[in-house]
Amino acid sequence: MSIYLDHAATVPMVEPAIRALTESLGAVGNASSLHTDGRSVRKSVEEAREHIAELAGSAGSEIIFTASGTEANNLAIKGFYWKSGKKVIVTSAIEHAATMDPVQWLVEHEGAEWISIGVNSQGCIDLDQLKAVVNSRKAEIALISIMHSNNEVGVLQPIVEVVTIADGIPVHTDASQSFGKVPFSFSDLGVTAATLSGHKVGGPLGVGALIVKRGIDITPVLHGGGQERDIRSGTLNAPGAISFAAAAKFMCHQKYDGVATLRKTFWESIHRNFEDVTLNGSIDNSLPGILNLTFPGVDNESLLVLLDMEGISVSTGSACSAGVHRPSHVLIAMGLTEKQAMSSLRFSLGLSTTQSQLEDVVKALTTVLPRARAAYKG
Amino acid sequence: MKLIAAMSGGVDSAVAAARAVEAGHEVIGVHLALSSNPQKYRSGARGCCTVEDSHDARRAADVIGIPFYIWDMAEEFHEGVVENFMSEYAEGRTPNPCLRCNEKIKFAAVLDRAQALGFDGVVTGHYAQMRETELGRTIHRAVDPAKDQSYVLAVLNIDQLAGAHFPLGDTIKDEVRLEAERRGLFVANKPDSHDICFVPSGDNAGWLRDRLGSEVGPIVDADGTKLGEHKGAYTYTIGQRRGLGLTVPGAGGEPRYVLKIEPKTNTVVVGTHEALAVSLIIGDRPIWCGPIPQGNTEYRGFAQVRAHGAPAACTYSHNGSEITAQLDEPIFGLAAGQGLVIYDGDRVVGSATVARTE
Repeated sequence: MSIYLDHAATVPMVEPAIRALTESLGAVGNASSLHTDGRSVRKSVEEAREHIAELAGSAGSEIIFTASGTEANNLAIKGFYWKSGKKVIVTSAIEHAATMDPVQWLVEHEGAEWISIGVNSQGCIDLDQLKAVVNSRKAEIALISIMHSNNEVGVLQPIVEVVTIADGIPVHTDASQSFGKVPFSFSDLGVTAATLSGHKVGGPLGVGALIVKRGIDITPVLHGGGQERDIRSGTLNAPGAISFAAAAKFMCHQKYDGVATLRKTFWESIHRNFEDVTLNGSIDNSLPGILNLTFPGVDNESLLVLLDMEGISVSTGSACSAGVHRPSHVLIAMGLTEKQAMSSLRFSLGLSTTQSQLEDVVKALTTVLPRARAAYKG
Repeated sequence: MKLIAAMSGGVDSAVAAARAVEAGHEVIGVHLALSSNPQKYRSGARGCCTVEDSHDARRAADVIGIPFYIWDMAEEFHEGVVENFMSEYAEGRTPNPCLRCNEKIKFAAVLDRAQALGFDGVVTGHYAQMRETELGRTIHRAVDPAKDQSYVLAVLNIDQLAGAHFPLGDTIKDEVRLEAERRGLFVANKPDSHDICFVPSGDNAGWLRDRLGSEVGPIVDADGTKLGEHKGAYTYTIGQRRGLGLTVPGAGGEPRYVLKIEPKTNTVVVGTHEALAVSLIIGDRPIWCGPIPQGNTEYRGFAQVRAHGAPAACTYSHNGSEITAQLDEPIFGLAAGQGLVIYDGDRVVGSATVARTE
């Protein structure tokens, strides 16, 4: 038995994406070359760009392909920071490391000032705090970066309101987890930039995109041939981009309501069977697939091992580079204690998840929870 | 059996895990993260507590084909081993943190957790032999005298021994390396770890000075006559001869050795080599690695006071709270806090912490 409940980490590649990738791997030509072979690859890349743009509610020319979501976040944060000459970067307290670390780097190496906006117990950012920051520091803010949805608890953030409050300050949103799973429109949101990631929508690893509003220029991170709008250099990963588009096309046409229903039923069943387990985030204002739970009196490390031995893949959230579990900064920002955070697990469901799989997980929990409790070091 | 293989990222624990799998056990590999701020890379020949080591352990588990996890034991390690190391030095004793780690972490915190999670025991790459004898499960010296680690395992009580597995005790180190190579374990040529794993520089004295201070104090002779000054009492060890910086020569021109460290008065006492001689060792906190010998009865055996020290023939007895070892021949330079391990031939009888010597 193998039950994959870690779709937030990476979504299994979907069939159309595998097909598109393998077919395009054999294509001859560099998309930047002027000859027929080059033009042919270029054509496929541009079609991919347009597909993704259409699905993300943007224009094709606004899509800048990158090698990952992390690169896209780095490009947005450093790019806007360097271009603006301003010193303040505003983010939420629950951003992914791919946002927090570039900001921290700018703080340490370039004298940036990082203002972190708190969240409430549901994981939603404090708009009043954001308002206050914008009112008092507006002229100094280079960028506001708030994720579209959180990767650990799934909570959707009020990006439209953020853009309104920003009142002209560039807003970047990391939509890696949202794109393909909940409605997402770059133009409707009114943000200046957004991050997408290929493998989070069932596409290949090694490709992502930063959507940058037309007419906005940012400073590159990678310098070279200027292949992507002079903002990103490097020979285009044509097969990656083509496969990414195929995946996005497939995913955006799937009904995710079913996943949301499964998640709800799963939570109800857990709640019924294990009364002390609590849900982090919100059942409604959330991505359809992410369920983050706290199991009091349990080390998430132990629970992960025991579930893994039952063939069930889940996640404890963050780990340092040596692989040591750390209390999640997201859960801490939501008001959990370190102990509670270290007792929390993320189950992330996807299109392939079934009702019977989730029933098996509940059954497995019945056996492994007492063992994990016995091993608890407190 | 279902076993947890504690994998440091070194060659011994990798081969031990592989042998446990081959013996038919269901094994999962666990790397213990013992530092909350692991270093990125090994410096010199260090063998644990780095990102590189956890990576090596993971790759070894991959090659063996077993699941692999990292367990954060940093807090337990700090409380049980590092703090004890400092407080022992602060009290003027010389602790052995490896003994402590085996007693409090590897075969306590880890074993407890393993058993609670449904495992039967813990496999490590220690060089020691376990035998089932008429005395029950007993622990014996490894066949490789150069690698024998029975000394640092002499803190395991019967319950802990029941859950401990040492598959390497019957093999010499060179063969373990060859076996690692045969098994495709790329850690085959990784250097052995030495010294104390949480002192990355290997400079114990500097490490202690940083944490306990380096207040200048007197160096005196046995009569209390001041002979010079030291820069932090913790940086000296009993029996130390070099680096005392004394300009006043001894009465007969003989070299001087550290006899005693008195942290409360921040004094280092020095004297002749003869004054270091110890014939009677009294250790407290006894731990028996098998049946408890009858109290207040004299037995013949061997006393060992260092991990790779020579066993000294002795007559020993205990009264329940202390072990007394009367040595046939004196040994030199023994500090309170060291582990006193009693052997019966090659069998580990038990251990105690050196409290007093005469």
